Amino acid sequence: MTAEPAITPELVAAHGLKPDEYDRVLSLIGREPTLTELGIFSAMWNEHCSYKSSKKWLRTLPTKGERVIQGPGENAGVVDIGDGLCVVFKMESHNHPSYIEPYQGAATGVGGILRDVFTMGARPIAAMNALRFGAPDHPKTRHLVAGVVAGVGGYGNSFGVPTVGGEVNFHSRYNGNCLVNAFAAGLAKTDAIFYSKAEGVGLPVVYLGAKTGRDGVGGATMASAEFDETIEEKRPTVQVGDPFTEKCLLEACLELMQTGAVIAIQDMGAAGLTCSAVEMGAKGDLGIELDLDAVPVREARMTAYEMMLSESQERMLMVLDPDKRAEAEAIFVKWGLDFAVVGRTTDDLRFRVLWEGREVADLPIKKLGDEAPEYERPFVAPKQRPLIDAAEVPAPEDCGAALLSLLASPDLCSRRWVFEQYDTLIQGNSLQRPGGDAGVVRVDGHPAKALAFSSDVTPRYCEADPYRGGAQAVAECWRNLTAVGAEPLAATDNLNFGNPEKPELMGQFVKAVEGIGAACTALAFPIVSGNVSLYNETQGQAILPTPTIGGVGLIEDRTKTARVDSLKAGDVLFLVGRDGGHLGASAYLATIEGREEGAPPPVDLSEERRHGDFVRGFIRAGTIRTCHDLSDGGLAVALAETCMASCVGAAIEAGDGPDHAILFGEDQARYLVALGEADTAGFEAAARQAGVPLRRLGVAGGERLTIAGRLDLTVRAMTVAHESWLPSYMSGSLVEAPAAA
Amino acid sequence: MKTAVVLLPGLNRDRDMIAALTTITGKAPQTVWQTETTLPDVDLVVVPGGFSFGDYLRCGAIAARSPVMRAVAAAAEKGVPVLGVCNGFQILCEAGLLPGALMRNAALRFVCREVKLEVVNAETRFTGAYRQGQVIRCPVAHHDGNYFADAATLKRLQDEGRIVFRYAEGTNPNGAIADIAGIVNEAGNVLGMMPHPENLVEAEHGGTDGRGIFESVLGMSPSLAA
Repeated sequence: MTAEPAITPELVAAHGLKPDEYDRVLSLIGREPTLTELGIFSAMWNEHCSYKSSKKWLRTLPTKGERVIQGPGENAGVVDIGDGLCVVFKMESHNHPSYIEPYQGAATGVGGILRDVFTMGARPIAAMNALRFGAPDHPKTRHLVAGVVAGVGGYGNSFGVPTVGGEVNFHSRYNGNCLVNAFAAGLAKTDAIFYSKAEGVGLPVVYLGAKTGRDGVGGATMASAEFDETIEEKRPTVQVGDPFTEKCLLEACLELMQTGAVIAIQDMGAAGLTCSAVEMGAKGDLGIELDLDAVPVREARMTAYEMMLSESQERMLMVLDPDKRAEAEAIFVKWGLDFAVVGRTTDDLRFRVLWEGREVADLPIKKLGDEAPEYERPFVAPKQRPLIDAAEVPAPEDCGAALLSLLASPDLCSRRWVFEQYDTLIQGNSLQRPGGDAGVVRVDGHPAKALAFSSDVTPRYCEADPYRGGAQAVAECWRNLTAVGAEPLAATDNLNFGNPEKPELMGQFVKAVEGIGAACTALAFPIVSGNVSLYNETQGQAILPTPTIGGVGLIEDRTKTARVDSLKAGDVLFLVGRDGGHLGASAYLATIEGREEGAPPPVDLSEERRHGDFVRGFIRAGTIRTCHDLSDGGLAVALAETCMASCVGAAIEAGDGPDHAILFGEDQARYLVALGEADTAGFEAAARQAGVPLRRLGVAGGERLTIAGRLDLTVRAMTVAHESWLPSYMSGSLVEAPAAA
Repeated sequence: MKTAVVLLPGLNRDRDMIAALTTITGKAPQTVWQTETTLPDVDLVVVPGGFSFGDYLRCGAIAARSPVMRAVAAAAEKGVPVLGVCNGFQILCEAGLLPGALMRNAALRFVCREVKLEVVNAETRFTGAYRQGQVIRCPVAHHDGNYFADAATLKRLQDEGRIVFRYAEGTNPNGAIADIAGIVNEAGNVLGMMPHPENLVEAEHGGTDGRGIFESVLGMSPSLAA
């Protein structure tokens, strides 16, 4: 064995530790760290693992609720859904790896989030993916879309979880930094949830799953820095996924958990063995001693440093009840997975690592884990953008052409090309698949219940006003769950931002979190898990602020839900909420006028709640069977999407006002609903009583969508425009933006 | 009615299949792990879908050489009905119980969507519940469903009425030769198909078109109206 390199300032910097952080290391341990120790500090104290810039603000979010069993701080959040069952879910980013190596980056993002869920004893039942790419005409975009989508599908399909929702957006601000936010939810029994907090001294620490290789060494540190032109050199930091092993690991872990052998369990994600061991020990106020010579490896002569920082996938660490060892080991042998005792719990609060018979690390475990550094980064709140009066925006000469342009635009076109690469129906419980407001999955084995899932954020609103954008992301998610008839239960947040060391970008983060907090509080929609991804910038260009919200809702009676594709001839269409008027930061303004300007729509949370509760009540009564929330592109796009999904037209009379504001305004707290004529009188009376504005829009039928005095299009023409863009773009046959005709 | 479902590491539609068989027969199927060398005495053996052994070699190639597949071959030889769906179909081809091979989809992408299937032969043990030429709905979800057989094999399959299902109405999702979605062996007791009938057997699945296959082979009275 060669001598360890000297710990030089350059080496410290290469580990992403700032000089003051390194000074803190020195004062903590009273000596120079070994290389392995330096690697461990780097792994634990980087932004990705320590949340050192964001912690202060995350603490302000509402995380409690009647149904919340476990909030942030565990592998995933846990929410009670009654009957002894709970839903376990989280969303997590894999942005940096996906930009470097799209297939594996996205695949392992899915693998990581699935592991977070089944580590807690839940069988994954639904997945979603929020994807954001650069401008369509950027040379890397098509390659990234193809690779990321194939990676998401490749892992999730093989693992066997239905992908029931997600988002795909394009914007030049993601040119150098795509976003891959993977969500997973699982179902567990409330009395059989597993946690990562170690308990008991002298108990075996067991390594489970796949072998350790050199892949992903230093991945979390890489993900905590901006990108520059050396990005191609970072490919070795990306992990390689093996969904087959993960599927075996799932089955083995769930079998293992039934034996009572598991005292604590933690998946190995970012910073692998280091992070999982430290977290288990620190949470349980215990020390951990690891003997790396017992770690199953797939490559010869791995150093302690490499083993501690490897991010090889499909691995778990657990504290075992020693009496159950034989039983536990047999399960892993059956599934062809490794099972190795690699250490023990101790009572001295030290994290000790032995390798080749000597000690290569001896560190205070609490300081590494839950007492990692925390920063109060300076920030400046972004300037308010002016309100844009619709009268200042040129009215479209041809509203029909404008609608077709929007339907065929990269951000609003059909995502079929994407979601058909995902298995959306495996497990046989998918009641609503991608393309509607929310994915709906029935609760396996339950006679009546179902769960709804939606992922939302409008980054151009967040750029315009991060506070309002953050609140709107929560409101839209809550609205989408409501639109299928679900009671929104709780949410997970995946906060993607730029470099927090720049005060204006830190300001975006702070304001967005404030907006999210305000909306979650007002809507009784607590945040129970989440992830922060900072430093999403390349060569100084930050992404649009993108706080993705993944929400979960409960449907008590799955025979009483609404969908977007159930509109029938004769149904009466209503707009719930006021007429459109707000064009600032809208899809219309960006797509038709090429202007990304103005303040985003105001978010009135009490109105949001009143309108949502009103709509949900009528869905749950079985009166409303068709519902669609109004968001990007406003009323006209919602009408078009409902007609296209249902293959039926409608004759509509919208309100008075400027055509583009009425048709495409993006005012919030609005729904498009349909019901039978016989139910309309009672519905209108109830709306009056509840103080909910309502407009009777017209009746469904025929093959055309006509909006009196404004547009007249066949459903077929809209469908062609809507369905064509993405396949044409991906096949490279797109010559120019589709003509609006 | 007794049924059995073969379990191999990496299969992932085993639970769907077990649920479907339980719904249809009222009784949970027995499961048979990959290392078993005998099968229970049942009326139907199913090799379900998924990615056995990750499909890291050719799809189904490793699974086809597992001990349990020798037992499946022996049962098939004795005339026990065997159904292979998706990866199960690939495994049956790799095991030599069915002719031809499943190649990568023509578009080189995984595809999950609903297709139309024409019941080309309603006189097999698996299709009696359907009318000859009936077009049914059925979902697909696969990356390697592009069926191929050489000209001589194809002619035999056609002449002997062994093409059971074809993708209909232009819905071939994978480029399969002659739109082939499912075939039977010479004896007619082994059916392999790419689409997933087990995902369309309850009203909540959005339809029950897939039930007929199970009801036919198990000799149940058809409930297609359900």
